[in-house]
Amino acid sequence: MSEKSNDIEVSQETGLAVVKPDAVRDPGIEPHRVRMTDKSPKHAKNAARQVALLFALSMLGSAFALWAYFAFPINEDLTTVRQNTLFLGIGITLGLLGIGIGAIHWAKTLMPDHEVAEDRHLIASPEDKRAAAIEIINLANQESGFTRRKLIRRTLYGALALFPLPGLIIFGDLGPNPGNTLRHTKWKAGTRLARDPYGTPIKASDVTIGSVYHAVPEGLVPGTEHYLEEKAKAAVLLVRVEPDKLIETEERKNWSYQGIVAYSKICTHVGCPVALYEQHTHHLLCPCHQSTFDLVDSCKVVFGPASRPLPQLPIYVDEEGYLRAQSDFHEPVGPSFWDRSVKS
Amino acid sequence: MSNTTSTQKKNGFLAGTANYVDERLGVAGVLKEFGRKVFPDHWSFMLGEVALYSFLVLLLSGTFLTFFFQPSMTEVVYDGVYAPLKGAHMSIAYASSLDITFEVRGGLLMRQVHHWSALLFVAAAGLHMLRVFFTGAFRKPREMNWVVGFVLFILGMGAGFTGYSLPDDLLSGNGLRIIDGMIKGIPFIGTWISSFLFGGEFPGTAIVGRLYSLHIMLIPALILVFLAIHLVMLVLHKHTHYSGAGKKDTNVVGYPLMPVYVAKAGGFFFIVFGVIMLISTFFTINPIWNYGGYDPSPVSAGTQPDWYIGWLDGALRLAPSHMEFMIGDFTVSMNILIPLAVSLLFLALVALYPFIENWITGDKREHHVLDRPRNAPVRTAIGAAGVMFYAILWAGASTDLIATQFKMSLNQVLTAMQISLIVLPIVSFIVTKRICLALQRKDREIALHGRETGRIVRLPHGEYIEVHEPLDKYDLYKLVDFKDYQPTLARPNAAGKITVRARIRASLSKFYFKDRVSPATQREIEEARHHAEEIEQQVQKAIELAK
Amino acid sequence: MRKLKNKLNGLRRSPRSLIAVLFAGLIVVGSGYTAVSAAVSSDRKVSFTAEQVDYGKKLFLSNCASCHGKNAEGTANGPSLIGVGAASVDFQVSTGRMPGAASGPQLQVKPVQFTEEEVNAMAAYVASLGVGPSIPDEAYLQANGDPTKGGELFRINCAMCHNAAGAGGALTEGKYAPSLDHSSPKTIYEAMVTGPQNMPVFNDANISPEEKNDIITYLVYLRNSASVGGEELGGLGPVVEGLVSWFGLLGIIIAITIWLGAKSN
Repeated sequence: MSEKSNDIEVSQETGLAVVKPDAVRDPGIEPHRVRMTDKSPKHAKNAARQVALLFALSMLGSAFALWAYFAFPINEDLTTVRQNTLFLGIGITLGLLGIGIGAIHWAKTLMPDHEVAEDRHLIASPEDKRAAAIEIINLANQESGFTRRKLIRRTLYGALALFPLPGLIIFGDLGPNPGNTLRHTKWKAGTRLARDPYGTPIKASDVTIGSVYHAVPEGLVPGTEHYLEEKAKAAVLLVRVEPDKLIETEERKNWSYQGIVAYSKICTHVGCPVALYEQHTHHLLCPCHQSTFDLVDSCKVVFGPASRPLPQLPIYVDEEGYLRAQSDFHEPVGPSFWDRSVKS
Repeated sequence: MSNTTSTQKKNGFLAGTANYVDERLGVAGVLKEFGRKVFPDHWSFMLGEVALYSFLVLLLSGTFLTFFFQPSMTEVVYDGVYAPLKGAHMSIAYASSLDITFEVRGGLLMRQVHHWSALLFVAAAGLHMLRVFFTGAFRKPREMNWVVGFVLFILGMGAGFTGYSLPDDLLSGNGLRIIDGMIKGIPFIGTWISSFLFGGEFPGTAIVGRLYSLHIMLIPALILVFLAIHLVMLVLHKHTHYSGAGKKDTNVVGYPLMPVYVAKAGGFFFIVFGVIMLISTFFTINPIWNYGGYDPSPVSAGTQPDWYIGWLDGALRLAPSHMEFMIGDFTVSMNILIPLAVSLLFLALVALYPFIENWITGDKREHHVLDRPRNAPVRTAIGAAGVMFYAILWAGASTDLIATQFKMSLNQVLTAMQISLIVLPIVSFIVTKRICLALQRKDREIALHGRETGRIVRLPHGEYIEVHEPLDKYDLYKLVDFKDYQPTLARPNAAGKITVRARIRASLSKFYFKDRVSPATQREIEEARHHAEEIEQQVQKAIELAK
Repeated sequence: MRKLKNKLNGLRRSPRSLIAVLFAGLIVVGSGYTAVSAAVSSDRKVSFTAEQVDYGKKLFLSNCASCHGKNAEGTANGPSLIGVGAASVDFQVSTGRMPGAASGPQLQVKPVQFTEEEVNAMAAYVASLGVGPSIPDEAYLQANGDPTKGGELFRINCAMCHNAAGAGGALTEGKYAPSLDHSSPKTIYEAMVTGPQNMPVFNDANISPEEKNDIITYLVYLRNSASVGGEELGGLGPVVEGLVSWFGLLGIIIAITIWLGAKSN
C-alpha cells in the first residue's frame, strides 16, 4: 500500500513483508549458564592467577624490549639490524599480548557474564519533538523570509555556488600546460645510442644476433637535468634478429641496420618498461599487464590490453661503426592520450 | 565546603576524581547514560573493531615514521650502510627510507608494523563490510552508516596507495607510472590532469611531497571525521544483534559496557596490536632495498600493487587487445576507460545497495535483528556473485605469478580469467541461492521435526523409523525468527496507469522473493509435535515389547 | 707427377678426403655464422686437449646426435650447435637441462647426467666445431666485484624476467625465467653470455666480464646477506604479502575473536 505518509508520522509500513499472525512465541533470554569460576572458588582463584601471570608476562616483555633496544646496537653488519628488530619486536609483542589476553581472560572468567536486555527507543523522535522542530524551522524561515524572498534566495545560491571557484582555480599552477612535451624526446638526428645507465656508445658489431641492449640517448646519464623525465620517454630497446626474419614496410625499410632494430621501451598501454625479450619467439613482453609485441613485425600487439604497436626509432650506423638515431620517433611514445594524433 | 571534602575522603580517590571532573564538565550524566550501555557479544561484530584498532596502530607507527622520513625527490648519492646501494643515485625519499630501515633502531620494525597494519586495516574493513552486507545490517536505520563505511573503505585504499608510493622505490614508482598512463588516457583533460598531478612531466620532483601531504594530513583527517560519524551513528542506533531467544527489534541483548565490554574491547586493542607486532617481527614486508630507487627503465617481474588495489590492476590486465579507436584525430582509449567504468559501476552498486533493496521491499520499519545469510537467499547470492567478481579481478592481477607457480601458460591463465569474470559470478549466484534455500529447508525440517538422533527403532508392524529429538524452545526460536517477504504485482497508480517504475519494482521483487521458504509457524509446529508424540508412543511400545 | 696424381686421386676417393671436405665446409659455414653471432668472449686460460675433443665427440654421438644431428648441424628436434661454444654445453649439461627430455615450452632443470670430465669433453668437442662463447675465466667468478654496479645492471637487464630479488618470473606461453637462488657464478655467467633458449644474449661487449662479475657479486650478496625483516616470503612481493595478511594476520585475529566471544565454561 502506498499511502503518502504525513511528515510527522513515522512510517511502520511493512512493504512486501509477510506478517503471519501465528509466529512462534519468543521464549525470552536463555537462562544464565553458570561457569566453573562462578561456583568454585578454587577455579576462580586459578583464573585470577592466570590473569595476573599474563600481566606479569607483559611486564617482562616490555622490560625485555627496553633492554634489547640497548643490548643490540646496529652497525654495517646487517645481522645486527635483524637482531635488534627481532628482539625488540619479541619484547613488544609479549608486552602487548600479555595485556590483551589477560584482560580478555579476566572478562571471560571472572567478570559477570549475565546477558541483559536494554530497551531500544524508536530512532525517530516522538511526535511532539518533531512538530516542535518543524515549528522552529518554519519560524526561522518566516523570520528570515528565506522562502518568501525569491531575489535574496536566488542571488544567495549564486554567490555560494561561485565563491569556492577561486579556491579551485588557485591550484592552476600545480603543473604547466603539457604543451608538446609528450611529442618530443631527447632523440635527435645523429644522437648516438648509449648503454643504460652508464652512457657508453654502442657499436653495431657489438650487437650480435639474439642480443638485447637497453639504450638511452648519449648524454642522458644520472645527474643530468630532468634525467628521469627524459628517460621516461627516451628509453629504447636495441635488438638484433636474423635480417630475413624482419617484416618491414616500404616506409621503414631503412630504419633498421642488418637486422638491428630499435624500439621504444615505454609500453603503449600505460607506460611500464616493455623489457622482456624472448629471443626465439622475438616477442617483447611487458611485465605489468602482459601486453605482448612482435619485434619482427613493427612491434604490433599480439596479446594483452595494449592497443598500439611500440614506436620504432629509425637508426643508422656512422663511419666509426656506432649506432645513431636518424631522428626523433615519428609519433609520441608511451601511453595513448586524447590528442596524440593531432598534428601539432 | 567541608561536607564535600569529607565525602571525598570517605569514598576515596576514584570518587574524588569523578567529582573534580563533574564539577567542571558535568559529565556524570554521560557516564550514567553510557556506562552500562549494552553491547551484543558476537565474534563477527569485532571485525569493525579490528579495522579501528589497526587504524590506531597506523597512526602510532606512522607518527614515528614521520620523524625520520623525508618526502623530497632531490637526487642524492647514497652513503649508508646497505652495500649494494652505496654510491647509487636516488631520491632523498628513498634514501631516508633506507636509513629508517638500516640505521634507526626499531625503524625497520615500525616500517613493517605500519605496512602490515595497513594491509590488515583494509582487509578487516572489507570483511566487516561483507559481514554487514550478508546479515542485512545496512537496512533502516543504518543506510547512511553503510555509505559512511563505504567512504572509509575507499579512503583506506587511498591512504594505502599514497603511503606505499612514498619511498619512491622501483615497485611503487611503476605503480605511479601506471596511474599516470591511465590518467593520460582520459579524454580531453587527461594530459592536463597528469601534468597537474606530477607538476609537469612524469615523474617530476613534486609527486612524493604531494602524496605525503595527502597521506599524513588530508586522508587521515578525513578518515577520522568519517570514523567519528560512523561511531556516533553506531552509538545512536545501538548495535544490531543476531536473532534468537529474547532478541527483538525493540531491544538489544548483550553485556554492559563497563566493565565487561571495556575489558574485552580494550584487551582486544592490545591483541590486534600484539598480533601485528608479532607478524612484523618475523615476516618481511615491502623489502624496498631489493627494488632500488625509481627509474623509468628497469622493472621487476611480478609488479603488483598492494592487495587492495589488485582488483583495479586486474581489471586493466583482463581488458582485451585493440580496444582503442579514433574519432577523427582523437584517440579514445577504451582499454583504460572500460576497466575504469566497470570499477566505478561496481563501487556505485556497492554504495547504493541498501537503497536499492529498500526500494524493492518497501519495508519501512527499523531493523535491529540481523538476518542469517541463508534467510535472505537472493541478497546472499548477489553478495557471493559480487565477491566472486571482485576476487577474479583481484586474481587477475597475479596472472604471471599463477603461471610461474603452477607451471601454466600465462596466456591461458589470462584467457581463463577473462571467461571466468563473466561466467563464475553467474554460477556462484545460482549455486549460492540454491544452497541458501536448501539450508532454509533443512532448518524448517529441524524446526518441525526435531534433530535426528541416529537411533533407529523397529516398530511392531515392521516399519523402521529414526527417532527425532525436538529442539528446546531457545534453539527452535532461532530457526523460525526471520523475516519473510513475498513478491508484489505491478499495480496501477491513482491515474489508472501502470508506471515503468512499478513494473521494474514488481519484476525485481519477483527476482528476489519468488523462491522462498517461510518460517515454521506455531500451528505447524504443534501439528508436527502432535504427530511426533504419536510416533513416540509407538516407539515406547516397541521398546517395551523388546524387553 | 703421375705418382702424385695417383696419390691425390687416392686421397680424393678415400674416406679421409670426405671428412676433410666436410670439416672444411663446417669451418667455413661456422665462421660465416659466427661473424654475425659470435660474442666477444672471455678467453679461457686453459684450452681443450685433442683427447678431450675426441672423447667429447664420442659422448656427443651417443647422447646428443639423435636430436642435434650427427655433425651437430641440427635436426627438427634440436638446433645446430655450431658456434654455440663451450659455455653453452657447460651451461646446459651441468645444470641438467640437457639431455632434453619431454617436450614442453621450456627445458627443465633435471638431475645432472654427466660428470664434470664428461661435460668438459663435450664442451671441448662443440667448441671445436666453431667459434663461440667459451667457459669463463675463474677470475670473473669470484663475486668480488662492485655490488652497487651489479645491482644497477641487474635491475636494468635482468630483473624484468628474473624479478628484482632473483626469484624468477613468467614469460609467455608457459615459458619462464627461473629463480637464481641456487645458480652458481659460472652458471650465471654462462647464461648471460650464451643466451639459453629464450633468454637474450648478453655478450661481453654489452656487459663486460668485469660487469658480469659485478652482477654475480650482487646476486651472491643477496643470497648471503641476513634477511633483516624476517622470513622473506619468497621475494615475490605484494601478492604473497596480501595472502599472508588475509589468511595469516586476519585469520589469527579472527580465531582470537571467536575465543573472545565464546562463553567460558
